[in-house]
Amino acid sequence: MMSTYYAGLFADVGILLLGALSVYIILATGQLSLGNAGFMGIGAYLASYLTVELHWPVTAALLVSAVAAAAIGIVVGFPALRLKGIYLAMATLGFGEMVRSFFLVFEPMGGSGGYRGMPHITLGYIWLWAGGILLLVLVLERSRLWLEMRAVHDDETAAGLVGLNTTAVKIGAFGFGAAVAAICGGLFAHHYVYIEPSNFGFERSIDFVLAVILGGSTVGAGAVIGALLLVLLPEWLRFLVDWRLAAFGGLLILVLLTRRQGILDRTLIARLTFQRRPA
Amino acid sequence: MLLQQLVNGLTLGAVYTLIALSFSLVMGILSILNLAIGELFMLGGYLGFALIAAHLPLPIALVGGMLGAAVMGIVIEKVAYQPLRDAPLITPMLSTLGFSIILQNVVTNVWGSDPLQLPSELFDTRIPLGPINVGVMQLVVIGVAVVLVAAVAFLIQKTSAGRALRAVAENRDVARLLGVSAGRVTMLAFAISGALAGAAGVLISLHYAAITPYIGVDTGLKAIAVMIIGGTTRVWGALLAGPLIGIAEVLTIAYGGSQARDLVVYGLMILILLLRPQGLLGGSRSDVGQRV
Amino acid sequence: MSDVLLKLDTVSKVFGGIRALSDVSLAVPQNRIVGVIGPNGAGKTTLFNVITGAYRASDGDVVFDGKTVTQWPSHRIVRAGVARTFQNIRLFGGMTVWEHLLVAQPHQGNMLRRVLPSRWADPKAWARAEEALEIFGLHNYRDSIARTLSYGLQRKVEMARAMTAGPKLLMLDEPVAGMNHDEAEELRLLLLRLQSRGLSILLIEHDMAFVMNLCHQLYVLDFGALIAEGTPAEIRTNPVVLDAYLGSETAC
Repeated sequence: MMSTYYAGLFADVGILLLGALSVYIILATGQLSLGNAGFMGIGAYLASYLTVELHWPVTAALLVSAVAAAAIGIVVGFPALRLKGIYLAMATLGFGEMVRSFFLVFEPMGGSGGYRGMPHITLGYIWLWAGGILLLVLVLERSRLWLEMRAVHDDETAAGLVGLNTTAVKIGAFGFGAAVAAICGGLFAHHYVYIEPSNFGFERSIDFVLAVILGGSTVGAGAVIGALLLVLLPEWLRFLVDWRLAAFGGLLILVLLTRRQGILDRTLIARLTFQRRPA
Repeated sequence: MLLQQLVNGLTLGAVYTLIALSFSLVMGILSILNLAIGELFMLGGYLGFALIAAHLPLPIALVGGMLGAAVMGIVIEKVAYQPLRDAPLITPMLSTLGFSIILQNVVTNVWGSDPLQLPSELFDTRIPLGPINVGVMQLVVIGVAVVLVAAVAFLIQKTSAGRALRAVAENRDVARLLGVSAGRVTMLAFAISGALAGAAGVLISLHYAAITPYIGVDTGLKAIAVMIIGGTTRVWGALLAGPLIGIAEVLTIAYGGSQARDLVVYGLMILILLLRPQGLLGGSRSDVGQRV
Repeated sequence: MSDVLLKLDTVSKVFGGIRALSDVSLAVPQNRIVGVIGPNGAGKTTLFNVITGAYRASDGDVVFDGKTVTQWPSHRIVRAGVARTFQNIRLFGGMTVWEHLLVAQPHQGNMLRRVLPSRWADPKAWARAEEALEIFGLHNYRDSIARTLSYGLQRKVEMARAMTAGPKLLMLDEPVAGMNHDEAEELRLLLLRLQSRGLSILLIEHDMAFVMNLCHQLYVLDFGALIAEGTPAEIRTNPVVLDAYLGSETAC
């Protein structure tokens, strides 16, 4: 039986893994989203409403909030098509902040006072979802659809000119990413059994992005490494006491300077699994 | 009452203009978002604060804050930007994020995470101006902002350094062929950008007579919104959008409650991105955007 | 005339005040190789862009395989059976050669095949990709990342990628640019082989020797207008053509 301390850490890893995957999925099509905490918040609040007010079982609540978030993600995805690069990133940042400030003023769900009363879920349940979605992404990475996403990422114009529907690919990625972020939020809400708008702000979105960038931005398994790093590293760096965060920032810069794609990439995975790999 | 709010909005807007200009300078030349600018803003504020607490006069505090932030800006340029300049844009952006994390941690350790207060007798003087009372500090903030913006305008339009900046912004490779040292120009841009952010930090700490390590993130993000609304490709958009957003925010707090203000600011930003992505004073639509 | 695969009917393209194409009419018969030549800036690439839907024709019609495609979006024209390569190669930098040969293939109907691992779900696509590797001699480079390949190999990958879509018409924009004589000859034979398998080809080229030994029909463009058309033998001795080339900057 795991001690509560470690159980808490691994719950955090599972939840962060889902958030990281939500960013990874969208990033795979070349779009950087700095606002996925917004989708997480939508998932958290909607799922909590369903379980607390309507007494739904948690699983059903998660599924419904994932679908709702996917719909919102698709709606967000359309205008996002017109923006590229940094502008898209800033727009998603604005979206995330808007969601957060919406819940700040939304009194029916507690406003700035937060919301509570959700049924508690177990660590195992969290990892059922985290593991399941991770597996789904790892399988999807071997599909034609993922190849199309990578083609759009590498050269959107060329992708269109070889017959790929880049619009559907990019928007679909937003929808899928939003759904995963919503599940992340729903699990977060039912693990901590208390949520407030500040849980879903810019810092959270950045956490997701950091996990992907550090762990490996070109492979889904990178999100696992990133989530582990972001949760466990501050614990291991405890001996640095008050300077942990600074060390963390330094580590980020170091990784970016020395290995841009992050820790894991396809070549490394192939080497670790003894596969033949690119010349 | 409304007039009072307008003055308050202009004061806040002056600060936003400076920070937005700070973002704009680096963005316009290098197309990257320097996420550390929020913390340079905070750092400037703390440095100015420390100088005032040491009983040094206001101008010295201002210059001190600007200088400190400018130096830090150069450090960031050397470490976070230079080695990564041919990487996809998100990489140096995240590197500046690393710096912002470090800066915030350092400041929190040196000065503590609780708000620091300045002795308020310096700041309570108000000048009656017709139907309203304008705080002396408010005039100082607006005045200094105007002077700084004018100075930057002069620098960019009339000096050779400014010409070099504009050349690199237009086309880096051609500029290099013409003998412009892109490296030095970049360093200059980061330094000026830091100085502006630092000045804004000193000003806002004077305005509120207090400072915390967390003002960087909140104000920084709003300044990004201001930059977008004003137009990232034209540096003067910040001049228009700053007061606009400052007033909008202050009015929202007065008539809608302080929680709604972020909704309004970011809502406006998204509206602009959808309807006119080049911003209010921006150039042609085709200037917008680049691959991540 | 159902044996004309692609027909352009007095196509014009105007950009602002500039007339990039004026009343260009041409036809690519089924299973033939047609070339478009002309001095630099004559509008050849613009012509290609109009055919593939990257630009909308200002006037006139583009008819492909019996359908009027003038207003169609690019990806629809591609799906109808037109594939093209570019003057500056547009590959997917981070993807391997093998992945290029899979990704451009048409979808076989249901969504399920697209989301399952392609190794098991889409054996036909794998077979086609294998075939393309063989035809283009890319077997040794199957797992090479596109941006690490030499220029000549990249050109081959680009063409192979275009072919995996199973097009009826292959459009090549300066396919032998930057190639030496042996590579160009290898390509010429490859194109003849593809033509013998039923492909129709429309190409833009500056290399006269290459074009003369390959095309059944040539169209000559200058300042956006057709100045001559005919067999290579006819074009070679056409005074209007010679004048256009000698009168302008040296081509290539």
